[in-house]
Amino acid sequence: MFENVFGIHEQALLLHGQRIGVLATNLANADTPGYKARDIDFSAVLAHTDESETLPMLVTQGAHIAMNDAGSPSAELKYRNPYQASLDGNTVEMPVEQAAFSETNVRYQASLAFINSDIADLKYAIAGQ
Amino acid sequence: MSLFNVFNVAGSALNAETIRLNTTASNLANAESVNGDESKVYRARHPVFQAMMNTADSSFDGQDASIGVRVLGVVESNAPAAMRYQPDSPVANKDGYVYMSNVNSIEEMTNMISANRSFATNVEAINTARDLLLKTISMGH
Repeated sequence: MFENVFGIHEQALLLHGQRIGVLATNLANADTPGYKARDIDFSAVLAHTDESETLPMLVTQGAHIAMNDAGSPSAELKYRNPYQASLDGNTVEMPVEQAAFSETNVRYQASLAFINSDIADLKYAIAGQ
Repeated sequence: MSLFNVFNVAGSALNAETIRLNTTASNLANAESVNGDESKVYRARHPVFQAMMNTADSSFDGQDASIGVRVLGVVESNAPAAMRYQPDSPVANKDGYVYMSNVNSIEEMTNMISANRSFATNVEAINTARDLLLKTISMGH
């Protein structure tokens, strides 16, 4: 009865964490010539993430290790379309990345708050007071 | 977990931006350096950044999720060094000319501002990741 206590937020938390990592990579390479900014299409991944079912990790090469890590959503990285490409081939646009970064930050904390309130509910139910 | 990668990736960017600031400081310090020999005059230095592929971390279907940045090398500008007639300079050549360094101070100042902004952005990314991780650790308390 406790396998799906946190609903979608368990996977949303993981996905937001991954997206923050990707956006931080974009920020770090803001001055690297030829670097292409990438992002996770969050809603597309989450649309495939049913509450009862988790996405399998792709095994495309023999050397890959098949993962049975339940609750770990798999996300495909997509290249960002820049509003205005720069001459050195870099597609990182600082304001876009910073906005996405702070948005993901807030969403991560929102998921965390929902999980925390679920935990508080459970504690209340267990202790009865 | 990707949040921990933020420290590595942003840390590599801090390192690269520090090198960029160092070359800028070196260029500005030598903006007025002169030499009688054109081949020995100080030339503006600029770091070349390169994305650092991390093949160990491919949690995204074979794509590298975290890519740090490193300084591939430092290149010297080949802009022409201006000549100036200074016969009383101790380094003047036999015709009385010295070569000025080819540092463009305005370019260096804008470079410095850009490096400063990038550094601050990456520090902010590290702070955010740290806050989120600390909040995650204290989940349920």
